[in-house]
Amino acid sequence: MSDAIDSLYRDVVLDHYRHPRGKKKLDKVDFRNSGKNPPCGDEIEVELQLDHDTVKDLSVSCSGCAISVASGSMLYEVIKGKSIEEVRKIARVVKAMLKGEPYITDGIDFGDLDVLEGVKKFPVRIKCALLSWTTLVDAIDRAQSGNNSGMSTTE
Amino acid sequence: MITSRSTYRQGFDPVSIKADFPILNREINGRRLVYLDNAATTQKPITVIEATRRFYTRYNANVHRGLHTLAEEATAALEAARREVAAFIGGVKTEEVIFTRGATESINLVAYAWGQHNVKAGDRIVLTQMEHHANLVPWIALAKRTGAELAYIPIDDNGYLVLDRLSEIISSKTKIVAVTHMSNVLGTINPIETIIEAAHARRALALIDAAQSMPHMPVDVRSLGADFVAFSAHKMLGPTGIGVLYGKESILADMEPFNYGGEMIGEVTYDHADWASLPWKFEAGTPNIAGAAAFTPALDYLEKLGMDNVRRHEHELTEYAIERLSLLDSIRILGPLNADHRGGAISFVDKDVHPHDLSQILDQHGVAIRAGHHCAQPLHRRLGLVSSARASFYVYNTRGDVDQLVYALKEARGYFGHE
Ligand SMILES: Cc1ncc(COP(=O)(O)O)c(C=O)c1O
Repeated sequence: MSDAIDSLYRDVVLDHYRHPRGKKKLDKVDFRNSGKNPPCGDEIEVELQLDHDTVKDLSVSCSGCAISVASGSMLYEVIKGKSIEEVRKIARVVKAMLKGEPYITDGIDFGDLDVLEGVKKFPVRIKCALLSWTTLVDAIDRAQSGNNSGMSTTE
Repeated sequence: MITSRSTYRQGFDPVSIKADFPILNREINGRRLVYLDNAATTQKPITVIEATRRFYTRYNANVHRGLHTLAEEATAALEAARREVAAFIGGVKTEEVIFTRGATESINLVAYAWGQHNVKAGDRIVLTQMEHHANLVPWIALAKRTGAELAYIPIDDNGYLVLDRLSEIISSKTKIVAVTHMSNVLGTINPIETIIEAAHARRALALIDAAQSMPHMPVDVRSLGADFVAFSAHKMLGPTGIGVLYGKESILADMEPFNYGGEMIGEVTYDHADWASLPWKFEAGTPNIAGAAAFTPALDYLEKLGMDNVRRHEHELTEYAIERLSLLDSIRILGPLNADHRGGAISFVDKDVHPHDLSQILDQHGVAIRAGHHCAQPLHRRLGLVSSARASFYVYNTRGDVDQLVYALKEARGYFGHE
């Protein structure tokens, strides 16, 4: 099969899809946000447990295609334990990477995230990979503005 | 009717048909294009493409207004298309053929121009659980505006309508029953004769969404006795942006217009206007003239094939596809498995591969299918799904196309099917 599709469905992506890491119950939830792309039906729920400025723990539940589920699973692994400032920085990098824009990683550990680079060759799938990130950043925005309601989307 | 003129009775040959569709020569990702998204829109034969070109290069003008040659030719092309449609759908009057933007606008026209004046609080609008959003949302909105209630004819788990309680669901308060002739998801061909009869027994009107049936089988609007029938040209070899609302003359005559403006008026003063006669009363503004000019050769093409033959060809292909797909353990087909009861829109789910991923991988093999909810979210919810994959056939598809589909589905399993 073509290189492009191989770089989209890398083994790491498929492994995250089959075994999403962040699907769990938190004992305490400070902020919660859901995201949805109605035209394709992808749905995600992000829950955050904060310790001051740090994401102490989180849960990520996705239902959707391999790309959106894998992206959410990788998000979980990378974000856990990071400061809110770092989370924003990582989300910006992911966005730039998906859109094929330049970015610098600034020494932050990005885990498996670089495999998402393959998505940029498939413009219609970028919104799948972005959904969990947009939902997360919106959750943080709302946490910081004290307005904890709404629904996120990348459509 | 139409089929008597068929020249393809003996040998309906999709391979030679394919040659009439330039786009099917395209390669996608280095493979021959296998176009299986015909329920969304069909490809166009060269005659349709040429007719569009001829309109703009030879006789582009506005209709019903000018006295010059071009205007006369353009008007003639529009009205010729109307006559052609009237004949194609079973010999109705041209007064009963209204050009719209497509099936969606046709249904909205009825929901507004008829619904607003004939449906009151407490009345009932009956639909089925398998409707496309086009035959669902306009009625939800009408119910909201008027205070009418909605009731649904249910489906069973095999994708058939359950008619046991039909006379209860179509209650005496029912004003209209709007039903799809062929489901764009399940493929089910519904017993609309029975439903139309039940509607009329309650003095309710019957609207048939024929967006998926008109392109694929003989539909005789007159013998069906439906009050309204909606369909789109682009799903039957014609151009986008033009479709049809058939309405019984007596009902259309009593209806208020839908849109107001030029073309649809009789005499206008500063504070009064009366309406043009049928069908122009419902065609305000400049119509899709180029679309009409290209719709005619699309209908000609289908007439030449013969709609009986089109149905037979797709029946055979559907049977073959169901047989082959059923051999794939991971695939579950939605809707009837008996090709006698369904058309060639075959939706399915793979237990391990999300429809979007399937579609993406199939595209790498040149196979174009649809993935998503196919504008039928409530139906998918009813089936316990969010989305599905759909392969849908038309006159140019072959068994070889089905084979390529099955091959590509197996390739997708190569990625997802095992650890
Ligand atoms: C059953 C059915 N009804 C209505 C429509 C709407 O057709 P259009 O989008 O051409 O208005 C479609 C097509 O998507 C359909 O499949």
